[in-house]
Amino acid sequence: MAEVHDRPPEQFTLRLRRYDPESGEAPYWDEHTIQLEPHRSVLEAILQAKDRFDGSIGVRCSCRQAICGSCGIRVNGEPALACHTHLDAAKSGAKDGVIEIEPMGNMPVLKDLIVDMDAVHWKKIRRVTPWLLAKQPVPEREYLVSKDSMVDVTQSMACIQCGACVSDCLAMEVDPGFIGPAALAKSYRFVGDPRDDQQFERLNDLAQDPQGIFDCTHCFKCVEACPKDVNPMGQIMRLRRIATGDHHIVDQNNGERHEAAVTGLVRNYGLLHEAELIPRSYGGNSWFAKFTPAAGKELLASFPVIIKGLLRGKVNPKIAVFGHKIPSSDLKSVQAIFDKIESRPERYELNLYITGEDEAPAPAAEPIAAGVTYESGGQDAPPTSPEGSVNQ
Amino acid sequence: MKVAYWPGCVSRGFTPELHGSMAKVAPLLDIELVELDRACCTGAGVIAEHNQELADTLNARTFALAQQVEGAAMMMNICSTCQGAQSECQERLDANTEYRNHVNTTLAGEGLSYEKGLTNKNFLWLLVEEIGLESLSARVKRPLTNLRVGPFYGCYIVRPRNRLGIDAEHPRDHYLDQVIEALGGTVIEYAGMRKCCGFPIITMNKEASLKQAGRHLGDAADAEADCLVTPCPLCHLNLDLQQPLAEKVVGRELDMPVLHLPQLVGLALGLDPKELGLGRHVVRPTSVIDWSTSVVGAAA
Repeated sequence: MAEVHDRPPEQFTLRLRRYDPESGEAPYWDEHTIQLEPHRSVLEAILQAKDRFDGSIGVRCSCRQAICGSCGIRVNGEPALACHTHLDAAKSGAKDGVIEIEPMGNMPVLKDLIVDMDAVHWKKIRRVTPWLLAKQPVPEREYLVSKDSMVDVTQSMACIQCGACVSDCLAMEVDPGFIGPAALAKSYRFVGDPRDDQQFERLNDLAQDPQGIFDCTHCFKCVEACPKDVNPMGQIMRLRRIATGDHHIVDQNNGERHEAAVTGLVRNYGLLHEAELIPRSYGGNSWFAKFTPAAGKELLASFPVIIKGLLRGKVNPKIAVFGHKIPSSDLKSVQAIFDKIESRPERYELNLYITGEDEAPAPAAEPIAAGVTYESGGQDAPPTSPEGSVNQ
Repeated sequence: MKVAYWPGCVSRGFTPELHGSMAKVAPLLDIELVELDRACCTGAGVIAEHNQELADTLNARTFALAQQVEGAAMMMNICSTCQGAQSECQERLDANTEYRNHVNTTLAGEGLSYEKGLTNKNFLWLLVEEIGLESLSARVKRPLTNLRVGPFYGCYIVRPRNRLGIDAEHPRDHYLDQVIEALGGTVIEYAGMRKCCGFPIITMNKEASLKQAGRHLGDAADAEADCLVTPCPLCHLNLDLQQPLAEKVVGRELDMPVLHLPQLVGLALGLDPKELGLGRHVVRPTSVIDWSTSVVGAAA
């Protein structure tokens, strides 16, 4: 590291997106060349430009050490904390050698690099009731909670509310009402907390909301954007898993039915039977789903597409009706895997955020490696190991 | 090069032209495909959402079957979503010996076992990293001259970067661009090239889903692309099969042909558009076929 820090100052050119909505003028690009050591941050570069060339540049910042979450911006089109992005890295990622700096997306710009977090991010955070709704009676001294269950929620607690994931959310881009990655990750922090009394109510609310957990498109943008490895999309998937798996919440958005349809079709055929996916997602996981009003309406709406597909030979009528299967002996093996794993009393979840890539053998007392959490909807881990339960 | 070949479900179901064109293109690239016809669906992320251990075990079974293919250099897939779903499971299986052993216990009944460290590459990665862009160029019989191609990557093959091994040395999130250029075509950059096609929420929020597809297709049209090319059959479903509905949602005519990656490669390697299944698309790739037949005519 010393070697890196010894490098002399270099010139870096910044291309800043400037915009003042109150001025009535259109946004424009502004270029400034600053001089700093390559290991210094993009934030320092912006502040130098502001200090030396143009005091009117709007930028928000505070701690300068990637903790306060104030300086979220876009660097070369990608979300980043300005204080946590080195100038040399930013330059190497720039198309033409000029570091492009813009405000975050999906939120209105107040001025230059400052976006209105209140209008979007904080509003969505408030939407998920971001506080503990304690189980009663509240103990006189403290709650006794297993270590595993608290470790389980630490990942979502690592969020610094910078808004980088909100900025890049592709579902929010087309559906601004989507609750979004930051708020849903925050929601898991309480859904996964064994002291909370409202797990079902929280999940039912988020599952039934058309812009809730089932509105996420699984695009990994938030996973990539987060500077703290919160893995918001992963938290959304855990919310879905507990909602459908533990509480059997059947939502009005087809979320539970879609999951049951994909899982059920793979169990029955080994492969996805695409033609059955839409009717079952709307009408329930059965061959008869296509005769339900919800599925019928959807199939009718898709009728022109279906006919066109058939006419073009895109869809083989035989496969459309009967689906395609893997050989029956293999299908039996696949079904045996389903049966064995789905009959376990607890689901396993290996979270690499907690375990890391640990190749060291686990202590003899723990048949499954450390970091496998006992996921039963935020309940405490069972006293016996899951492996033991399975072998019974 | 011999590979354990995982075609996926959709490439044999609703986009049969993908599996078909891969079979035609493989011999021209000296790829021997040993199809993993005993393997099951990757779950496309949905089974992992339902039960992580189940998805990991089903995919470990596929990996174990691939490792049994004698003489195979690696496993290859032709579906971005399969690549992403499989990489996610493999990341967990490879990271933790105890967990892998536990999963293998379930597979033991079938006499299968997954050993850490399988190489599993999408056809796109294999093209660039194993066959090489120069070698690919050398095989081109009908360069894609004057064809303006918009790459559509799909999410699962570009994010998250660490898991997918994308770095300065392996800029896998730029390989489609490189392949288009190696085939003699012009890369058209547009806003949606690495965004989501919307397919995962087509049954949950159809309007948002089709709005995503429609916007990307519209962006590509505005950038004057002749066609798009994608390594993902699920993206193809939303971008091609659903394009007439996407047009209604975004309120504009799109008429944007979408090619599967092996189809684009096959055209440049001199294959007939029809045998590549180009006539099977919902949006007729007229611009592409006119271009390819006229070039053939000129060459003759």
